[in-house]
Amino acid sequence: MKLAKVRAIAVKEYRQAARDPLTLGMLLGLPTMMLLLYGYAVNFDVRHIRLAIEDRDKSAASRDLASAFVNSGYFDLVANLPAGSDLARLTERRGAAAILIVPESYGRDVAAGRTARVQMVLDGADANTATTVLGYAEAVAGEASVAVVRAAGASRGAGAPGGTAAAAVAAAPIDYEPRVWYNPELKTTQFLVPGLIGFILMLTAVLSTAMSVVREKERGTMEQLRVSSLSPGELLVGKTVPYLSISLAATVIILLAARILFGVVVRGSYFDLFVITFIYLVGALGFGLLVSSIADSQAMAFQIGAGTSMLPAILLSGFIFPIRSMPIAVQVITYAVPARYFLVVLRGVILKGAGLAPYGRDIAFLLAYAVAVLGLAFVRLARKEV
Amino acid sequence: MYGLLRVIVKELFQLRHDRRMIPVLVAGPLIQMLALGYAANTDVNRVPTLLVDQDRTPASRALTDRFTASGYFSLVGAVDSADQVEPWLVDGRAQVALVIPGRYGEDVAAGRPPRVQVLADGTDANSAVVGLGYASKILGDVGAELVRRPGAPAAAAAGGGVELVPRVWYNPDLKSRWFYVPAVLALVLMLVVMMMPSMAVVREKEIGTLEQIIVTPLAPWQLIVGKLAPFVVIGLVDMLLVTGVARWLFGVPLRGSLLLLMLLTLLYLLNTLGLGLLVSTLVNTQQQAMMFSAFVVMVPMIYLSGLLFPIENMPHAIQIVTYAVPVRYYANVIRGIFLRGSGLAALWPDALALLGIGAFLLTLASRRFRKSLD
Repeated sequence: MKLAKVRAIAVKEYRQAARDPLTLGMLLGLPTMMLLLYGYAVNFDVRHIRLAIEDRDKSAASRDLASAFVNSGYFDLVANLPAGSDLARLTERRGAAAILIVPESYGRDVAAGRTARVQMVLDGADANTATTVLGYAEAVAGEASVAVVRAAGASRGAGAPGGTAAAAVAAAPIDYEPRVWYNPELKTTQFLVPGLIGFILMLTAVLSTAMSVVREKERGTMEQLRVSSLSPGELLVGKTVPYLSISLAATVIILLAARILFGVVVRGSYFDLFVITFIYLVGALGFGLLVSSIADSQAMAFQIGAGTSMLPAILLSGFIFPIRSMPIAVQVITYAVPARYFLVVLRGVILKGAGLAPYGRDIAFLLAYAVAVLGLAFVRLARKEV
Repeated sequence: MYGLLRVIVKELFQLRHDRRMIPVLVAGPLIQMLALGYAANTDVNRVPTLLVDQDRTPASRALTDRFTASGYFSLVGAVDSADQVEPWLVDGRAQVALVIPGRYGEDVAAGRPPRVQVLADGTDANSAVVGLGYASKILGDVGAELVRRPGAPAAAAAGGGVELVPRVWYNPDLKSRWFYVPAVLALVLMLVVMMMPSMAVVREKEIGTLEQIIVTPLAPWQLIVGKLAPFVVIGLVDMLLVTGVARWLFGVPLRGSLLLLMLLTLLYLLNTLGLGLLVSTLVNTQQQAMMFSAFVVMVPMIYLSGLLFPIENMPHAIQIVTYAVPVRYYANVIRGIFLRGSGLAALWPDALALLGIGAFLLTLASRRFRKSLD
């Protein structure tokens, strides 16, 4: 393999990329655009839930309960409904996502120390939000419940002998201390940035390599390159190096934008980050070459590339949807998705400040994947030459 | 009218000759539905949990059992002290650690509030929020029981408390599949009735046959309608395919009227066609058409539509932007008709928006297209 020849091909490839500013602009502008979209639009932090309350009791106790919901910070009170309102109409028009119904007996039950039941109607059309809302509602109701029990205990205890002891016992719910590591504010963006890098790299590396090779096939210039004195190795390396550098540039852009816009800081070492990204990229570029050896047209290359690399990188990598929640059969498939391993390491390095040491298995898989696809692509492309 | 018919026939012939189309039209929607139906699941359960029980009393074991019996947490290991937790969280073997300090049993017996700590890996913020929510619910229940426990002095008096009885409408089991699968309708129609027509028009530009068509006596509107009409037919076929698979394979109920869904889908297609034609006037090659429609039009519109990610969670400024995204209204239509069983009485604002934005896009695109012909 002669370096001069590799360089000649790489220079040609750079020039060709520079001549199509729309595509190049998309390759480099895409990361920022995606980051903005993911940073602002993809958010599972449910807040400002539109709550309507149908208070049939209108007692001090029911007002306490209503303010417990509003003061929790999760719910915005949008309507006080009179008894017997058309609730279906309200949810159908998306006027409220949750409706709290306090029965007439609520105040009496609380005063008498009986269990007071309140009902909550949830709009389940968005199952994810409804699940979260239900969790918040249970938490608010749980706290309200403890407060009610405690108040009852304290008032009774005060009248009885040994009142202070009774009050102390009534205050005995568990002192629960949740502590969140690595992402204490639980921001979704922190979680999404590494996944985004994995996805964007798949996109730029696989698609641009595959399409650049297939374009030469379509135009017939591939034949010309083959009859030149270039060896298959020189041709492949020359064609992939430019896209390797464009993809690395995209990574830097994402990291910079994530830091400036969302305050995501790399806690681990940049060297580790570079090493793991490089390994992942080599695998992705190899996969792009493999796709180009199968596809005959750019449209086909796009479809195969998008279907086999981009889609899994979004859906099957744990980027947005936790792998643990998938059916077992789908979980098995995820083991063949390189982005899955890349994300584990990337999240470790960026968010947890870990080194590469805990992730030996993941790195080994990525290396094996890179070697396998590159080898396969090389064999296929070299054989066609003969 | 005759000229128009001939353009439609030509387009249909061309589609039939292009064998790549068939997998795209049938396999594409199916793959998307399978992926979203099976992989897209944000339900959190069986969170891998590390136990740090420094108490080792019946009380602490009872608490641990409450966690595992809930189904939300599954124990993956146990260590002796909180210092040993970190390696488990770093490499992802555990996502949550339940720390029960040594005084737990003693505190419970003495009626003092016992301390319990839950450490969570916050990198997956969504799972962490839900997991901590479950933990707090379990601890709340256990705490309430401790207060009420018979034998505690005030307990006899303090029955009571507040119980929340949830009723979830439209999707009582809260299956996220019911949320994601119908969404494929909007995705597929974007792909098929926006990206494909934009590529079909650009292909003629690339090959140079657009010039040939222009010198024929066809009026520009005949050319536009003729080129776009076949995609409307394909779009409706795909709509029926997706609806059928959603209904029969994934068991998503179709509670509203199929006819209304078709009608409103037609309004949505005005938008996708307008966008497709608009893209074709902006680019010169099929590759550019693909990249442009996929990443500049489709992806942002899907993310800003509430189709997959709720609009209510977005910052206010972004929420305003979503009003200009036609997919937003179609997402309402899909959820309304499939799950809520809504009729036009509830959906007319969305229908109106689709019609308005669609007419605007189509007019704008036709103007630009005609100008590019002159």
